[in-house]
Amino acid sequence: MGLIMIAAAVMVGFGALGAAVGMGLLGGKLLEGTARQPELGPMLQGKMFLLAGLIDAIPMIGVGIGMYLIFAVAPGVAG
Amino acid sequence: MASGVEITSTSYIQHHLTNLTFGQTDHGWGFAHNAQEAAEMGFMAVNVDSLGWSIFLGLVFCILFRFAANRATSGVPTGMQNFIEMMVEFVDGTVKDSFHGNNPWIAPIALTIFVWVFFMNLMDLIPVDFIPHLFEVGGVPFQKIVPSTDPNITLGMALAVFGMILYYSIKVKGVSGFLGELTLQPFAAKSPIIQAMFMPVNLALELVGLLAKPFSLGLRLFGNMYAGEMIFILIAIMYMSGSWILGAFGGTLQLGWAIFHILIITLQAFIFMVLTVVYLGMAHENH
Repeated sequence: MGLIMIAAAVMVGFGALGAAVGMGLLGGKLLEGTARQPELGPMLQGKMFLLAGLIDAIPMIGVGIGMYLIFAVAPGVAG
Repeated sequence: MASGVEITSTSYIQHHLTNLTFGQTDHGWGFAHNAQEAAEMGFMAVNVDSLGWSIFLGLVFCILFRFAANRATSGVPTGMQNFIEMMVEFVDGTVKDSFHGNNPWIAPIALTIFVWVFFMNLMDLIPVDFIPHLFEVGGVPFQKIVPSTDPNITLGMALAVFGMILYYSIKVKGVSGFLGELTLQPFAAKSPIIQAMFMPVNLALELVGLLAKPFSLGLRLFGNMYAGEMIFILIAIMYMSGSWILGAFGGTLQLGWAIFHILIITLQAFIFMVLTVVYLGMAHENH
């Protein structure tokens, strides 16, 4: 049961870490690009949301599976 | 949720994650009464609820859009027509941006995928216990109303997209052109002997890239929706605590997550559509 908790923690934590770095880079580049060419702003923002969705997918999946492990699998193993 | 049986949070979660499965049981063809029975049916089992809801939502899409198209006026559009025109123009603009081939079918395919996936994801916003409980009162033990939380549905859609990629690749480039694309890239050499040696390496690399497309497409949608549904179910457990403070807090959380989820369901439908269009665009590129 302890191992399941650790597995969930690793899954959620490292997924969030990677996505946070990715989101930071993405947002920073968007600001840079928009500062250089403000007229491209709306187009870049649309593309950023698309990529944000792609990046967001992996930690969200990790959170979902992590929650499943914590709340559905771990109590079953314990009891 | 079965009456008479004590509900624990584990059984509640597992109940919510079980599909209504039709297949061959020990007593002939019928519905599975628990998850284990569903697993024993093996390959020849049908998730009736996912299939039913997705077909129903597909029909809703067709009828809604046909209804709006029939009543369309050239004057100032109102309400319904406005909404539909917005969606059509949005999809049309996206397809024009990212698809450069010449194929009149791509935009309708993209519209269908976008609206259908969006409707399927939208089922996630209906309170988790509402429809399953109604069905349970009517005697149906399990009901999972969000088709896109079923990997069979999302991977099935991804498989259809994969089929279209293969079809258009072969149609546009010819069999030899498609095979050439798989074997002559990314390593190329002038001498035919070295080129022949590169072929298996190229084929392995390109095949992985080709097969990764449907998998990532289907699993991305499934993973996001599954995670979202999971969190809705976990928040719903708070209602079982019996204290009204936790219940009210759970209601607030449910509302907050639902509002955030509106972004996710739209974004995932959009991403599914854009990636389909991009993949089909790649299939249409003739070198």
